Amino acid sequence: MKNLTAYALFATTALAALPAAAETVGFAQIGSESGWRAAETTVTRQEAEKRGHDLKFADAQQKQENQIKAVKTFIAQGVDAILLAPVVATGWDQVLQEAKEAEIPVVLLDRQVDSSEDLYLTAVGSDLEHEGRVAGEWLVQQVGDKTCNVVELQGTTGSSPAIKRKAGFEAGIAGHDNIKITRSQTGDFTRTKGKEVMESFLKAEGGTEICALYAHNDDMAVGAIQAIKEAGKKPGTDILVVSIDAVPDIFQAMAAGEANATVELTPNMAGPAFDALEAYWKNGTVPPKFIQTESKLYTQADDPQAIYESKKNLGY
Amino acid sequence: MTLPAGLARILPMLATLVLLVAAITVVSPGFLEISVANGRLYGSPIDVLNRGAPVALLAIGMTLVIATGGIDLSVGAVMAICGAVAAKMVTLGYPLPVTLLAALATGAACGLWNGLLVSVLRIQPIIATLILMVAGRGIAQLVTEGAILTFSDPGLAFLGSGAVLGVPFPVLLWTAAAVGTILVLRRTALGFLIEAVGVNARAAYRAGVNTRVTIIAVYVVSGLCAALAGLVVTADIRGADANNAGLWLELDAILAVVIGGNSLLGGRFSVVASLIGAMITQTVNTGILLAGFPPEYNLLIKAWIVLVILVVQSPRLRPLLARRRAMRRGTPT
Repeated sequence: MKNLTAYALFATTALAALPAAAETVGFAQIGSESGWRAAETTVTRQEAEKRGHDLKFADAQQKQENQIKAVKTFIAQGVDAILLAPVVATGWDQVLQEAKEAEIPVVLLDRQVDSSEDLYLTAVGSDLEHEGRVAGEWLVQQVGDKTCNVVELQGTTGSSPAIKRKAGFEAGIAGHDNIKITRSQTGDFTRTKGKEVMESFLKAEGGTEICALYAHNDDMAVGAIQAIKEAGKKPGTDILVVSIDAVPDIFQAMAAGEANATVELTPNMAGPAFDALEAYWKNGTVPPKFIQTESKLYTQADDPQAIYESKKNLGY
Repeated sequence: MTLPAGLARILPMLATLVLLVAAITVVSPGFLEISVANGRLYGSPIDVLNRGAPVALLAIGMTLVIATGGIDLSVGAVMAICGAVAAKMVTLGYPLPVTLLAALATGAACGLWNGLLVSVLRIQPIIATLILMVAGRGIAQLVTEGAILTFSDPGLAFLGSGAVLGVPFPVLLWTAAAVGTILVLRRTALGFLIEAVGVNARAAYRAGVNTRVTIIAVYVVSGLCAALAGLVVTADIRGADANNAGLWLELDAILAVVIGGNSLLGGRFSVVASLIGAMITQTVNTGILLAGFPPEYNLLIKAWIVLVILVVQSPRLRPLLARRRAMRRGTPT
């Protein structure tokens, strides 16, 4: 009996002493509904490879039942951790409980769930409101005391990125009465609508009075930039352009001087997740329940062409 | 009343359009201003004609399909497929004529598929075209590999944002397509044959109309129109967005046909009335954007305007209004 305890003790210390390598991690991804999602998958694979973990990937094709099935399979396979990008917020209690009973830590990526916090290790995500604030603060710094009329292209009406990125931007420019949002309309996060709505903004405001465009995502900004050009104005000079997401195409626009700044919604959610997991495996460090990713601001000064080259193969 | 039959047919739609424009001009006084900027006509009416191009193109094909008693739900997805094909071909370095032909051939093939399902396999049109509506976006995504496929070819971009003598190219495209279609339909017996199939397919068949070929032909025309619309929206943003190109536009096209006073049961049709219907829906869209309402109200306002237009045009209300007018005129003093 004593021997057995000693053996068990030895085994655990030996395991703990091993470098955090060759762990098997299951990744239950939503699907590939957007370029950003595809990039997140690519970056997660790259991160796992870089750190020497074995990544098992499951694509749920936008269906929760597939995702639950994938998580159950991971549990049955006895993986060392599960990364989950939940397709919806509800209905996870049971499968998360199963993972907890099997002592497999679950890290949520990018989206949250409505389950009790002790059912998962941590959640990695961006703060949408913070992204909007970073964009707003950039504009404040850029225009100084000059009067600046801003037009805003909102995301899909009622979606949480649209609500939070709007609120964040308003908080960012709060207290600077020279900056005013004069027009705000939804562009549905698409290029076509971004272009169409910008055309109407230019007509409604008479062009010269618009000093800056704030778009809730880069795609709408790319569409709007074309509308500004077709109206005979210079985007990036006559009208400042700031948007969110940092997809490759906006860096091309920035390299051409047609966009001014973008706030990154990083596809690298896996990096911080692996950091937290490795600390947890090593000595049981429990991370905070929410790990906020950096909302990095990129401007024309950041060599946009080089960033475009590095991002274009991520699958955006 | 001595109005020519053609004009009498489109008069209610024209009146609606004029009233709508007047109402929008009251809300946003600059609505009717047209100037020249950057060597092209510039102003909200031009935006309506230009932005309305995809739905106008779709409405041409949709009118014919609906005239045979059918419906084509796949046009939005076919737009995405054809746009994706064009963007893919041009980024692979194929010359522009080959690219355009490939996109049009893709549209025609999609139409042929729908037509065969409807006329040969006798599947209900709403279900037959639903198949491609659902599968189409998947096909488009396969072509673009999930990302927005961007291109910089100036020739293809011209289809969306070019201008001839100051007029945006999409406007010229849809008017040319409309004039061409109407000439072919009305200078030949084709329009009459389509109406015959829509009124009573069996009677038309007994009278010697090749109903099968007629039905396949209208779906192919619808596919071709969708291909043109897909080229326009793809060229407009210089990129093929498989997820969003043409999304829900099949419904806008059906709405345009209905506002144009065409019966969903088939039979008599007017392409011109459908096109005015398309311009009415686009005028509503552009008017809402200009008015500066919070975006939460967009769909609600649009729905109300459409409801009012359809109620005024409804078969029950129109005779009622006409009778009252007649009564007032006939009242002795």
